[in-house]
Amino acid sequence: MIPAPDRIFYAPASSVEIRHQGVAFIFMVAVFAIAPFVVYPLFPMKVMCFALFACAFNLLLGYGGLMSFGHAMFLGTAGYTSAHAAKVWGVPPEVALLLGTSAAALLGLVVGAIAIRRQGIYFAMITLAFAQMMYFFYLQTPFTYGEDGIQTVPRGHLFGLVDLSVPMAVYFVVLLIFIGGFLIIYRVIHSPFGQVLKTIRENEVRAISLGYDTNRYKLLAFVLSASLAGLAGATKMLVFGLASLTDVHLAMSAEVVLMTLLGGLGTIFGPVVGALIIVAMENYFAQFGPWVTVAQGSIFIGCVLAFRRGVVGEIAHRLKMSL
Amino acid sequence: MTEQRQEALLSVEGLRAWYGESNVLHGVDFEVREGEVATLLGRNGAGKTTTLKSIMGMIAKRDGSIRFDGVELIRLPSNKVARLGVAFCPEERGIFSSLNVEENLLLPPKVRSDGLTMTQVLALFPNLQERSLSQGSKLSGGEQQMLAIGRILRTGARLLLLDEPTEGLAPVIVDQIRRTVLHLKSAGFTILLVEQNFRFAATVADRHYVMENGRVIDMILNEELQMRMPVLHRYLGV
Amino acid sequence: MITILGVSTQALFGQLLIGLINGSFYALLSLGLALIFGLLNIINFAHGALYMMGAFCAYFLLTKAGIGYWGALVIAPLLVGIFGSAIERLMISRLYQLDHIYGLLLTFGIALVVEGLFRIEYGSTGMSYPVPASLAGGDNLGFMFLPRYRAWVIVGSLAVCLGTWFLIEKTRLGSYLRAATENPDLVRAFGINVPLMITMTYGFGVGLAAFCGVMAAPIYQVSPQMGSELIIVVFAVVVIGGMGSIMGAILTGFLLGLVEGLTKVFYPEAANTVIFILMAIVLMIRPAGLFGTQK
Repeated sequence: MIPAPDRIFYAPASSVEIRHQGVAFIFMVAVFAIAPFVVYPLFPMKVMCFALFACAFNLLLGYGGLMSFGHAMFLGTAGYTSAHAAKVWGVPPEVALLLGTSAAALLGLVVGAIAIRRQGIYFAMITLAFAQMMYFFYLQTPFTYGEDGIQTVPRGHLFGLVDLSVPMAVYFVVLLIFIGGFLIIYRVIHSPFGQVLKTIRENEVRAISLGYDTNRYKLLAFVLSASLAGLAGATKMLVFGLASLTDVHLAMSAEVVLMTLLGGLGTIFGPVVGALIIVAMENYFAQFGPWVTVAQGSIFIGCVLAFRRGVVGEIAHRLKMSL
Repeated sequence: MTEQRQEALLSVEGLRAWYGESNVLHGVDFEVREGEVATLLGRNGAGKTTTLKSIMGMIAKRDGSIRFDGVELIRLPSNKVARLGVAFCPEERGIFSSLNVEENLLLPPKVRSDGLTMTQVLALFPNLQERSLSQGSKLSGGEQQMLAIGRILRTGARLLLLDEPTEGLAPVIVDQIRRTVLHLKSAGFTILLVEQNFRFAATVADRHYVMENGRVIDMILNEELQMRMPVLHRYLGV
Repeated sequence: MITILGVSTQALFGQLLIGLINGSFYALLSLGLALIFGLLNIINFAHGALYMMGAFCAYFLLTKAGIGYWGALVIAPLLVGIFGSAIERLMISRLYQLDHIYGLLLTFGIALVVEGLFRIEYGSTGMSYPVPASLAGGDNLGFMFLPRYRAWVIVGSLAVCLGTWFLIEKTRLGSYLRAATENPDLVRAFGINVPLMITMTYGFGVGLAAFCGVMAAPIYQVSPQMGSELIIVVFAVVVIGGMGSIMGAILTGFLLGLVEGLTKVFYPEAANTVIFILMAIVLMIRPAGLFGTQK
């Protein structure tokens, strides 16, 4: 996907790289911290949820070389689980988040164990098929309330202390979750585990000959990505008080691919920028209905044919930086 | 000894070629005359196979000049080159495993009317006759090589590019390949041969070009071969 | 009334018939996907959208030009085939040097654009297409009632599938295609215009999808989203069959249609998911698929 360099192991991020990424990170956090005072807070919260979702997806594709076309199943599973837990069982939000994330991780373990038996486009088709299976499951099972979804889920009090019905409270909780997830991914990419993942992406045969049990690494990456996608889904449910079929639909799986592709595959900040652009596009052009689909399709085509580096990848390339 | 001035059927000048970003040929010059057998000798990685593939049009990024029978090939795609009467037999034989022997033989379309007939091809390689309904994947190495050569003889191509036809074959098969090459030469085919085995090359060729680091560095006529053996040994590092 | 395992034969054979019809569609679509994958190495995500275009073509031909079903069965695949060939020339052909994933993303984008444009023009409601007069009605076979059109869909699809198989496995043209699937560079060096062959193969593959769309028009509603969910099931069919063999794609298609039909009779809740569950099981036992070879 990205030309393989000759060396097997990446050098740990150089100090210059860390400085560039540090500046970009602080800028990103500052933007999200100021945002609720400038725009209606629901929009940046939505962006952060999708950004975390896209970062989780990017961990798998951009660094693990595994293209999932069914990541919505993790987002949606976590959403339904946490919504059910919070509304029906009445658990506090932190437990709902945890349950949602765990459900996504568990699903990731099962799907991952089967899907990693094939590579490349087969992997994409298999994840897509599993996601469709989950869609039908959620469509038919009673606890999800079919087309209506689980609505008006109470936000509750975080750790019994913070009242999440206060808009600014929930906003900064979402910001913390997003930053936490983002830093976990950053840490993973630069860990020895992340280096092995890159080796596998570039040349799996070589990684096997170096003695790595590549399937274990791929499965772990898959579960990790699924869990973080789940965290994004549970957080999104918390924000909107809603878990619905939209979150498990093929369109959602495709959307996260689009965000990552547009922002920049295998870049650290690309998925965040991609999420921002796509969510903005949907928010402001929603009244045009199917035109949004056409626009998304056109972005797919344009990115693949002429803009494969994506926004952040292109900027990083021009500035000769690693972002 | 006076050699008559003869127009070359194939003349290569300043040929450069790239695999992606890496430059493999750095200006290759040589020519092959009509009815001749010429070889490209050289160590692994000298650029012999790349030269054949460049002539055939199978290397996308190349420049310089390749003239065949007065036509410039450097910008032509491989299917057009083949249509002009050049045929290629790859080192890995390139037998199609999902096709049977007969289908493999009939695969390359005729580009001129004066190729060998199927009967003549099968007379050269009787083994293929017996195995005509076997899948390509079921053949032995020798049979694959015969099939790979046999199938390009039907097409009417005048210039045959053979990449290491004796590689990995038993001596008795090498003998058969030798007789075939000599037969083809007497039938008027022009042949450019890439060989590691110069003992084989010496028994079939009229001239030898020595390649090193993507260039032709010397030309040795076959009759001078004995005399210049020490130089050749040095070039090839044997 | 005769019953088997508590199910009436009418219901059983009725569902088996629907299963066979869906199986015909799975076979036609996965056959096209397998052909395209073999030569182009891409998974054609636009296949569902082009199937939908085939159905719409039939609808337009009838309502705008007065050309009936049999004409549409020839013209729609031709038109969609030409459209597909143009897409291959203009867009897909730029991606052959890249990771195969990009082909999937590109054709997915094409599917979104095509589907979106049809939705803008025709909304989401389906339009009905009449069964051709020559195939109206049906016959009572004693154990079930067999509508003639449905019988034709099965026979016609099977004939086209077997014809395609014959073309590829038994003819000179087919031997070019098989050879180019193995080693396109060498086939080209033999003087065969492989890029043209690739374009024609894509055109032929999507033409099969359009043919399938025309076949489906009188059975299902003609609507912009008729292809998008079908294509996911067909992907699962392709994973189960493995893309190594033409006959494999055909057999797997019909077989899975039947399995789906039987599931509808005996355990309807799983009818939508049975193919995906089978896919998981096949992947666990035989990752390359029933007829595939692990590359």
